[in-house]
Amino acid sequence: MKKIFSRPESLTPAPHLYCAGCGHGIIHRLVAESIDELGVREKTIAVAPVGCAVFAYDYFNFDVTEAPHGRPPAVATGIKRVLPDRIVFTYQGDGDIAAIGTAETIHAANRGENITVIFVNNANYGMTGGQMAPTTLIGQKTATTPFGRDAKRDGYPLHLCELLATLKGVAYLERVTVYNPKHIFNAKRAIKKAFQNQIDGKGFSLVEVISQCPVDWGMTPLDSVAWVKDVFIKEFPLGVFKDI
Amino acid sequence: MEKVIIDADKCKGCALCIEACPKKCLILSDTFNKAGYRPAVFTQKDACISCGFCFQVCPDIAIEIYT
Ligand SMILES: Cc1ncc(C[n+]2csc(CCOP(=O)(O)OP(=O)(O)O)c2C)c(N)n1
Ligand code: SF4
Repeated sequence: MKKIFSRPESLTPAPHLYCAGCGHGIIHRLVAESIDELGVREKTIAVAPVGCAVFAYDYFNFDVTEAPHGRPPAVATGIKRVLPDRIVFTYQGDGDIAAIGTAETIHAANRGENITVIFVNNANYGMTGGQMAPTTLIGQKTATTPFGRDAKRDGYPLHLCELLATLKGVAYLERVTVYNPKHIFNAKRAIKKAFQNQIDGKGFSLVEVISQCPVDWGMTPLDSVAWVKDVFIKEFPLGVFKDI
Repeated sequence: MEKVIIDADKCKGCALCIEACPKKCLILSDTFNKAGYRPAVFTQKDACISCGFCFQVCPDIAIEIYT
């Protein structure tokens, strides 16, 4: 019999510390497969965030460094400018990229840095126990919005792709999701394209992946993927926001 | 040899694969793995079409597919 699907070379065999059903593991595999298929594993450098993906260096089978919370785009800028022949990408949660790291994100994008950004939007701060993030939906209950996010008090969900689409330096922005195999195939296409853009020198490419966080949402994994489909992507429409 | 090999100790019993399988080839075990999860088990050898949907949705890369 012939093996047709298995762990890509760019992932180590280390067991993931993520919760059961968490989307991070799926997204790690899509990144790893893209790196394998583009043949750039030996020259890839990832910048891990603070958040649940903080242990990315255990999971990815290539060089990974760690940035202070929210600062991966700044760290990636430095690495890519010093080592322009390397493939440099950041992997960030919504708290990391769109709360504490908003300034670094916007300015790296505006400078048109030739890096790839994988942005995992799970509508809360996963690692610290499910607090409200900028991306939390109106009415969504979190540890810090126990009665639901209230726009008057907490503001509105922040749509990063739509915001960055106005910046001239940005090459590619797409929002995808991973709640079923069809969407997972599509997310893979987008992630691979974001890396191909860097190889082609096109500039700043970001893929936002709408992902499930079952434990912090207080849901079973199956209920969490249903919530992504029925509620989450209604607030965060999927699609291409920029592609030059 | 089976078309679907599941690493029972890596599996966290999230059941995403069970939902994704178009041929209903997978169920959750009645027993627990080392970490205390009920892992997925491959039961329907003949029905399986090696589509790999279970592999696609597995967050723990605990599944290998053969054809
Ligand atoms: C400077 C700093 N402030 C706050 C924290 C606490 N902290 C750790 S992870 C995190 C949020 C992570 O959420 P997110 O980026 O959405 O990633 P997720 O865990 O959901 O994948 C925060 C606020 C920190 N580690 N460092
Ligand atoms: S808290 Fe959420 S993001 Fe973190 S590992 Fe668990 S499911 Fe994944």
